[in-house]
Amino acid sequence: MADRELTFEIFRYNPQKPETKPYLQTYKLKETTGMTVFVALNMIREEQDPSLMFDFVCRAAICGSCAMIINGRPRLACKTLTKTLPAKIKLFPLPVFKLIGDLSVDTGTWFRHLSLKTESWIHTSKTFDPKAQEERMDNKTALEIYEAERCIECGCCIAGCATANIREDFLGAAGINRVARFMVDPRDERTPEQYFEVVGSEEGAFGCMGLMACDDNCPMELPLQMQLAFVRRKIAKIGLGVKEKKGVKLA
Amino acid sequence: MSIYQTHMTDVLVVGAGLAGERIAVEAASQGQDVIILSLVPPRRSHSTAAQGGMQASLGNCAMGEGDNPDVHFADTVKGSDWGCDQEVARLFVETAPVAVREMAVWGVPWSRVVAGQRTLPDGRVIEEKKEKEGLITARDFGGTAKWRTCYTADGTGHTLQYTMDSMVIKMGITVHDRTEAISLIHDGEQCIGVVARCLRTGDLRVYIAKTTVICTGGYGRLYSASTNAVINEGNGMFVALNTGVVPLGNMEAVQFHPTGMVPVWILITEGARGDGGYLLDKNLDRFMPDYEPKKKELASRDVVSRRMTQHMRKGLGVDSPYGPHLWLDIRHLGAEHINTNLREIANIARNFAGVDPVKDLIPVRPTQHYSMGGVRTNKDGAAYGLRGLFAAGEAACWDLHGFNRLGGNSLAETITAGRIIGKKVAEYTKDATINYNYQLVDDAVKEQENRIKALVNGWHGKENVYEIRNEMEKNLMDYVGIFRNGKDLQKAVDNLREVYHRSLKIGLRSNGEGPNPELAQALRMPGMVRLALCIAYGALMRTESRGSHAREDYPKRDDTNWLKRTLAYWPEGADLPELKYEPVKITELPPGDRGYGESSAESQGGKNG
Repeated sequence: MADRELTFEIFRYNPQKPETKPYLQTYKLKETTGMTVFVALNMIREEQDPSLMFDFVCRAAICGSCAMIINGRPRLACKTLTKTLPAKIKLFPLPVFKLIGDLSVDTGTWFRHLSLKTESWIHTSKTFDPKAQEERMDNKTALEIYEAERCIECGCCIAGCATANIREDFLGAAGINRVARFMVDPRDERTPEQYFEVVGSEEGAFGCMGLMACDDNCPMELPLQMQLAFVRRKIAKIGLGVKEKKGVKLA
Repeated sequence: MSIYQTHMTDVLVVGAGLAGERIAVEAASQGQDVIILSLVPPRRSHSTAAQGGMQASLGNCAMGEGDNPDVHFADTVKGSDWGCDQEVARLFVETAPVAVREMAVWGVPWSRVVAGQRTLPDGRVIEEKKEKEGLITARDFGGTAKWRTCYTADGTGHTLQYTMDSMVIKMGITVHDRTEAISLIHDGEQCIGVVARCLRTGDLRVYIAKTTVICTGGYGRLYSASTNAVINEGNGMFVALNTGVVPLGNMEAVQFHPTGMVPVWILITEGARGDGGYLLDKNLDRFMPDYEPKKKELASRDVVSRRMTQHMRKGLGVDSPYGPHLWLDIRHLGAEHINTNLREIANIARNFAGVDPVKDLIPVRPTQHYSMGGVRTNKDGAAYGLRGLFAAGEAACWDLHGFNRLGGNSLAETITAGRIIGKKVAEYTKDATINYNYQLVDDAVKEQENRIKALVNGWHGKENVYEIRNEMEKNLMDYVGIFRNGKDLQKAVDNLREVYHRSLKIGLRSNGEGPNPELAQALRMPGMVRLALCIAYGALMRTESRGSHAREDYPKRDDTNWLKRTLAYWPEGADLPELKYEPVKITELPPGDRGYGESSAESQGGKNG
């Protein structure tokens, strides 16, 4: 690797001190082998500026903590190698979410609210019997549920979404994908009409303008476009009064 | 009188990983008021990173046929090198299948049995039975007699955590995320809550609770190379230790994994070596056959780790800005094999180290993986030393794992212990009362306020928190790693003692205002060094080899003198823990050979999970 010197321009702002306006701060750093933005930011904090705020937890693209705008695109900082970027790297916090400070944003509160709004839990009248054998499930169904459950709530799809940037109440791709996860789950007893209440509006499936940045930006490569089409089709049918049984699979 | 927010609740759970949330769900379902504190949003907890699976003897899949809690029990006790509490292990193996099925009702999409024949990678043909189709299946994992590891594709921890958190949300349990418990409030006999720092504003808060439960996970990040998430700094363990009356159990029992990838220490699974990968040194020589002519790279996990360490000590490691490492070479397996059978490994190498294993070498070295030790509790999860304090999961020494954890038993412990201990917590809380003196609370807050002022103003000194941290990490890594001996351990204890004194003289370089990250680190630092000393000193004193604790100068297990558990206390004003010991309870299976094909002095690490 060439011995590059990297120049980081990083957004700085502390919402608790609004008298200091947001600004960009520059840090220079020698690039090392295998360096990710995770490694670089920690080096900057330890060696140059211990006040710099950012979030990492797993640093392995599993937990979804470290999404930020890297040279104009929402990405996971842990999964971004500096060698894939030019020597000048601009970092901004994700928009839409509440800013905690510098690159740190409050995705946790946003996603908890999303779970409450979409009632993201199994709605069932059954109670658990510790002595009984488990109910059977087709492995194919289990994998379908898992496919939609792979979302790590990083917020990249929301940050890059034009509607979410305009409408505060828009569920976004993560929200619609979440609804799809419960729609394909035979254990959830919600009726199509109940799902309509959740996503059959401008806040839900019909708020999307179809720009599909969510699909491009998803670090988990979830089929967000497909999930939206699936939910829209089902919701439209309910809205039009077409009778359909629950559990119809993604075409 | 200070100004701070006070919250009161029946049960306060510190940590929102799987163990913590399971306990919260249990207490809340019995009508108790619960608050969960967490450093991060619950779904970002380290539990989500456990991809492998969890052990429970359902016996549904063909290779798990005939499995039952007795077989699981024997595997667990052997794995622990007879260091575990057998009453706890029995309770655990009997409850694990129930815990798995319960999670299925709550929403986990467990992988299921698919009927029919299939061929395993080693050529064996197995037949999954029609009558088992659709039941929860299991996969193979190291050190078990049966296939027992239940899983969800490649995201078991993720689906468990998301499902558990969906129950927390459904039940309306209060979660205060980005909140860090920085000390326990207690009078020497009873714990009545915590002083916490808000990581959004930097403000201090008080939580008063009838019952406080520590579920903060492991301490992997005390080591410079760890597969753990960056939040695993042992917080719950040191706030308990800091009370002076709560002991930590078996802190010297630390599990390593041979192949963490440089520089971010993400785990490269056994699969790479299993399929024929080599380990190379700086001269690109394949060295494992020199040490282990028979098994070569496929010797057990701890043996490979030890040989790698031995080889690097000879100066044959590859120098890097991140310290010496070795190479994992899978190029000869070919692009097709790498991109299909080893896809997961290939992606990790490409995404997180920027190397393409089809044509490049992967930098690896042995890496800290799991902490068997923690807050010592009885079988109900009640901590020694203080009423009203419980602990569960990796933060606790319950003691299911003894000196080595079996792969897949860590994830299983979280929800199984959560279920068992959750009931005990609810039972205790129902009858508990607290009478407390307000002065006690105010003093506890003042103590933390004064610490913060001293750090911000540099009253005790100007030591750099990150230098202290690096010193601590290096000492553990170099002298309290995979191979241990009296000389090195003594060096570690001496050095860490000095580091400890320096950690009391930290002064911030930034202003410490608001949710300042340097201040957060500085507040943790003395506690972290105390944990490091518990590990190093416990290892120095234990003059035998057992499970993951491998002493070069005492290579054999010594049941006559060491069939006992270390309890580390930190008396006020001390700079070294006080060690006490208690016997290990043997109820069913007397000590014997582990049957791993090596002498009892050697041990096999559990797999990821």
